[in-house]
Amino acid sequence: MRFLLIAISLFALPAQAAEEEVVLGLSQDRVAITADFDGSEILIFGAVKRETPIPVTEPLEVIVTVSGPQQPVLVRRKERKFGIWINVDSVLVDSAPTFYAVATSAPFDQVITDTEDLRYRISIERAIRSVGAAMHIRGAQDFADAVVRVRESEELYSVRENTVAVDQQTLFRTAIDMPADLTEGDYTARIFLTRNGKVVSHYETNIDVRKVGLERFLYSMSREQPFWYGLMSLAIAIAAGWGASAAFRLLRNN
Amino acid sequence: MQIYLPIAEVSVNAFLLLGLGGMVGILSGMFGVGGGFLMTPLLFFIGIPPVVAVATEANQIVASSFSGVLAHFRRRTVDIKMGLVLQAGGLIGAAFGVLVFNYLKAQGQVDLLVKLCYVVFLGVVGGLMFIESLNAIRKSKKSGGAPAPRRQRGWIHALPFKMRFRTSGLYISVIPPILVGISVGILAAIMGVGGGFIMVPAMIYILGMPTKVVIGTSLFQIITVTAFTTMLHATTNYTVDIVLAVLLLIGGVIGAQIGTRIGVYMKAEQLRILLALMVIMVCATLAMDLLLTPSELFSLGAQGGH
Repeated sequence: MRFLLIAISLFALPAQAAEEEVVLGLSQDRVAITADFDGSEILIFGAVKRETPIPVTEPLEVIVTVSGPQQPVLVRRKERKFGIWINVDSVLVDSAPTFYAVATSAPFDQVITDTEDLRYRISIERAIRSVGAAMHIRGAQDFADAVVRVRESEELYSVRENTVAVDQQTLFRTAIDMPADLTEGDYTARIFLTRNGKVVSHYETNIDVRKVGLERFLYSMSREQPFWYGLMSLAIAIAAGWGASAAFRLLRNN
Repeated sequence: MQIYLPIAEVSVNAFLLLGLGGMVGILSGMFGVGGGFLMTPLLFFIGIPPVVAVATEANQIVASSFSGVLAHFRRRTVDIKMGLVLQAGGLIGAAFGVLVFNYLKAQGQVDLLVKLCYVVFLGVVGGLMFIESLNAIRKSKKSGGAPAPRRQRGWIHALPFKMRFRTSGLYISVIPPILVGISVGILAAIMGVGGGFIMVPAMIYILGMPTKVVIGTSLFQIITVTAFTTMLHATTNYTVDIVLAVLLLIGGVIGAQIGTRIGVYMKAEQLRILLALMVIMVCATLAMDLLLTPSELFSLGAQGGH
């Protein structure tokens, strides 16, 4: 009987927790990469909808992640051979987001437990998968770590602790800035509400990052009609070079 | 003003690009060199991926040589027949170069190949130029000095497949010009240079062409070979960035006009020493990259595959 009670209360817990839900707003749900694109800042804000009074246990914490499209990455390692540094081996990391930002309302290890992190793949290390890493290379983990390190130094990956502001356990907001060197694709914003390190609710939405206008035109033409793109590049360059020197000749003669 | 380059996929300051184009343009105007061998390494330094830098530079060279070729055609200082023979070799060389380039790209060694080529060529060319201009300065101080040694072309006459090149006043085998063309074509494909700095001495000292047709003929060859290289890179690697090319070009054309005027006021030997020092400096910077322990041993790439 006592055992049953515990079991019931264990099952009941998530049900009660789900009564808190995310209502989300985004300052923009699309990022346009234009010719003068210089990075972008996305404001992510929202409220917690609940039917019951605020639980008096642990305070509500919020985690916001923004993730770029998952792509395979070939990581190469250099070694000194014949006196110079050359690439000696490589590992294919199956799937790593091109961009990843995690913002939390408190230090990371306080807002979520390790098991929950594993389940929802929230921290940067967990968001990368390298299942098929070649086993013959020692320290395949080093290669996955390198992805994180290199992308962190390029500001593509970041953990921003204490950057989500939470008011009255109900309203939250944060700003995620994205650098200029973005890869286009479908980005995902995820919001997790946690109490006592457990995820009580989560919500997911898409942010569309696209090259637009001239950028879009040139990029897709170079991929889809490379021959004509090449000819066009030559023609434009010749015209520009010739035009500029012709203009100079005119200036000099006058 | 930041500008996002659609193919290189990096955001760079547009004025930096115009400035780089202008600076290299000034140098090319002052020294009468193409400038590709300075521009490509400078693009590496500002963070353009080497594969994009090489392909885009080839495109830019076509454009910056174009008005030069027209001027030489007008003055009839182009040996068209010799140019065509050089071009035949150049196209073979460029095709071979792009093959090697793409193979090494798949192996993840293309950056190394490009940089190594630059270190070797810039080192040799810069070093030779430096020594030669030092000698020239010493000689001019002594006043007079011995006349330049006669060019030797004995072995050239022993080769088969002779052809008459009327504009150059030559009757020689086609094998040497084709070989010269091939080697310049390979350089164009791998290094993104026109190759004038190799071809001009080769034409004068190996082929024995008269100096007045050398520049026009080499430009005529360069324009075809780099155009071919551009097309090869554009269709196999998708690495020609037209926005980058146009920005560099505009800066380059303006710079060249300024450079030509500065060049008039300076002595040729001093100019050459300056250029030699600059070439050696760029070479040393690239060599450092290869020799010093990098701060990051790992590099990321897209899943390369051909």
